[in-house]
Amino acid sequence: MRRAAPWVVLALALAFPLAMQAEQTYYLSFASRIFVYALAATSLNLILGYGGMISFGHAAFVGTGAYVSSILLSEGVASAWIGWPAAVAASALAALAIGAVSLRTRGAYFIMITLAFAQMMFFLVNSMKAYGGDEGLSLRERASVGLGVDLGSDFAFYYTALAALAAGLYGLHRLAHSRFGRVIQAIRENEERAEAIGFPVYRHKLACFVIAGAAGGLAGALLASHGKYVNPNVLHWTHSGTLMVMVILGGVGRLWGGVIGAAALLGLEDLIANHRVDWLAAIFPNYQQHASLGVGAALLAIVLFAPEGIAGMLARRKHA
Amino acid sequence: MLELRNVSKRFGGVVATDDVTLDVKRGEVHALIGPNGAGKTTLIGQISGSLGSDGGAILFEGRDITHARQHARVRSGLARSYQITSMFKRFTVLDNLALAVQARSGSSFSFWRPVSAEAPLFDEARTIAGEIGLAGREAAVAATLAHGEQRALEVGLALATRPRLVLLDEPMAGMGPEESENMIALLERIRARITVLLVEHDMDAVFRLADRISVLVSGRVIASGAPAAIRAHPEVRKAYLGDAKA
Amino acid sequence: MSWILIVEQSLNGLQFGLMLFLLAAGLTLVFGIMDMINLAHGSLYMLGAFLAATLVQATGSFALGVLLAIPATAVLGMLLEMSVLRTLYARDHLSQVLATFALILIFNEAVRIIWGPDMPLSVPAALSGPVQLLPGMVYPAYRLLIIGVGAAVAGALYLLVARTRIGMLVRAGASNREMALAMGVNIPRLFTLLFGVGAGLCAVAGALLGPLFAVQVGMGENILILAFVVIVIGGIGSIRGALVGSLLVGVVDTIGRAFLPLLFGIFFQPRVASAAGPAIASVLVYLLMAAVLYIKPQGLFPARG
Repeated sequence: MRRAAPWVVLALALAFPLAMQAEQTYYLSFASRIFVYALAATSLNLILGYGGMISFGHAAFVGTGAYVSSILLSEGVASAWIGWPAAVAASALAALAIGAVSLRTRGAYFIMITLAFAQMMFFLVNSMKAYGGDEGLSLRERASVGLGVDLGSDFAFYYTALAALAAGLYGLHRLAHSRFGRVIQAIRENEERAEAIGFPVYRHKLACFVIAGAAGGLAGALLASHGKYVNPNVLHWTHSGTLMVMVILGGVGRLWGGVIGAAALLGLEDLIANHRVDWLAAIFPNYQQHASLGVGAALLAIVLFAPEGIAGMLARRKHA
Repeated sequence: MLELRNVSKRFGGVVATDDVTLDVKRGEVHALIGPNGAGKTTLIGQISGSLGSDGGAILFEGRDITHARQHARVRSGLARSYQITSMFKRFTVLDNLALAVQARSGSSFSFWRPVSAEAPLFDEARTIAGEIGLAGREAAVAATLAHGEQRALEVGLALATRPRLVLLDEPMAGMGPEESENMIALLERIRARITVLLVEHDMDAVFRLADRISVLVSGRVIASGAPAAIRAHPEVRKAYLGDAKA
Repeated sequence: MSWILIVEQSLNGLQFGLMLFLLAAGLTLVFGIMDMINLAHGSLYMLGAFLAATLVQATGSFALGVLLAIPATAVLGMLLEMSVLRTLYARDHLSQVLATFALILIFNEAVRIIWGPDMPLSVPAALSGPVQLLPGMVYPAYRLLIIGVGAAVAGALYLLVARTRIGMLVRAGASNREMALAMGVNIPRLFTLLFGVGAGLCAVAGALLGPLFAVQVGMGENILILAFVVIVIGGIGSIRGALVGSLLVGVVDTIGRAFLPLLFGIFFQPRVASAAGPAIASVLVYLLMAAVLYIKPQGLFPARG
């Protein structure tokens, strides 16, 4: 049953748009957004969950991907076949540079340094007046993939985002079971001993960081195309926090952690914002504008009482 | 095979190892003894590369490894085990050993092929498990092992890297008599093909196994030589052995 | 580029650096002794500012409002420590990061609900004028006050940590927590007190910087990052490192923003200079941090050997 579960989910995801009426593109668009964030969260899960590296600067890579692809689009390079690989390459490069310096540190220093470097990218982008500065950059159109497919259609974009997510998840699955994946998890488990049995730990961590950064960059490129808008806040450290919340909600170090977390968080936000609960509104009239209070409280509760996240709870139930 | 020349290390104002000069000959079991706090674990750390040295030189098989990274030293045949068990707790015994085997057999920058497909890796891990007395316990999660089994795995991880010289830091720490006998038997089995630098407090084991003994007190080597000579050495008796023990 | 401008910007840098120190000092001690990453430190800064704004309005006096805000924030800080933060000391860093991040979200919304998105807080009339420091050189009186208060607090903190028994306990705890525990130091009470002091320091900074930077929701996030940069540069757990780090960051940031665009203007074409100058200036402190870390990965004055 467990082995069939991913296929069932995939089948449902593939069939979902077909069940939608032509006017219900809102749900398609929303689902696409979940897929993109799931990819971003999954890329963070690689370094956070599998690698044990608490990077608070992952938004920098998502943001780099978003901006590189947006800048190319605004300069007339419409093809996604150029724009998206460029985004991935740029993010990988950023991850290489930031990782090379940050990974020389440990523990708390590492957390704060990744946070600081991400903020550095934020300020850099914020000061680029040519591309909108702090107001952000609007795109006239989504990237184009040719092949007779118009990504402007929510229908087409949905499948593109789904494909990217599926590829990312499968890649993570293979990675986790590969030699590299074993070493990374060993490093997470006991870094000193991993080095003491002969693994060049720094090199492995850096490689992991770069891979995750690249995947994050792809998510960023998709995000920018999806909303046809990008803004420096996508690089802000609080956005890294959001991604971390998703991973922790979904389950750190579990394959579906990023997906579950993204779906849960975005779903929750949408629920609060768009579906008014009358009895709650009676007590607290403006509650819908203060959704992040609820998110914060939920996150705090999870950290204090259910640190394994949703996937962890599901796994425990299966074994019980 | 291993030469330490004037090796020293300070931590702030504290001198942990002070001008240590000693050598380990190929094929021997060389014991390093001394009171608690003498600097034995620090010295092991310096030899293995997990600690940097503030002075002196370390030569392994003629090559200066004083500034080599730890993983490079392991790759060239120098491994260590830890006084306080340091393993991959949530991995099984088999996976622990397989990791060490993986480290020295090919690149680990392989991202696609599942490790489970590599039978030779696990076969060798099973062999090592047998050697260290953990046959039948391969599927056990390391954290659930009994203390003696954990210490065996601890040594096994070092052995799995196929070292030519192994640094064992109190492998018998916290063991009862039967477990100690098993460990001594293991060391007797490996001494034919691996040179051993053994840090131990268990004097029985030391005098049974050692070809030569060096004594470390307050970071300094105060004596080095054959077991009989060490046993009779006046300074050693005063500083460490005491007249009752020997 | 006159020397007056240089002196003025240097003083601005000193002023900003001293305020940063107030935040960094509390943060580095909590970090060094309790080994806890506290992202909510910026929220205490924000609370201090909002409380000061409210109390200034209520009492009609700037000084009174600010002075009352300090113990109020300290108490809130101690309550927070005793309720939520205490359970995090034993947890791993990831849990601490996430929990305190959650607190940021909660505090931001709570402040928004109670006070709204911002509060007015202006420089008191008595201090709104300039002071003549030297012939031909004037400097805002209020900023001089900040420098004065900052230096006084820094001095008091130094005396506290270096010369008193409590300070000795704190330093002992920073360099070796287990030993301090073994020696019978009442850790829980010390921690709570420490946290209260840290919160109080945040309040001073928040209240004094409020008139300059605007008292608004989310004001803590941006300055928190700089405080982190400071303690990374200075070394976790070290008050001396926090002081050196904050002054360094304050001066580099201020002078960089003021003069780098001008400098670029001399060497590069105006179009390039006007884009690159501010961009590089804003990331100057991060480049500084990277440089320091490259040479000394544990910071300039790490508390633990």
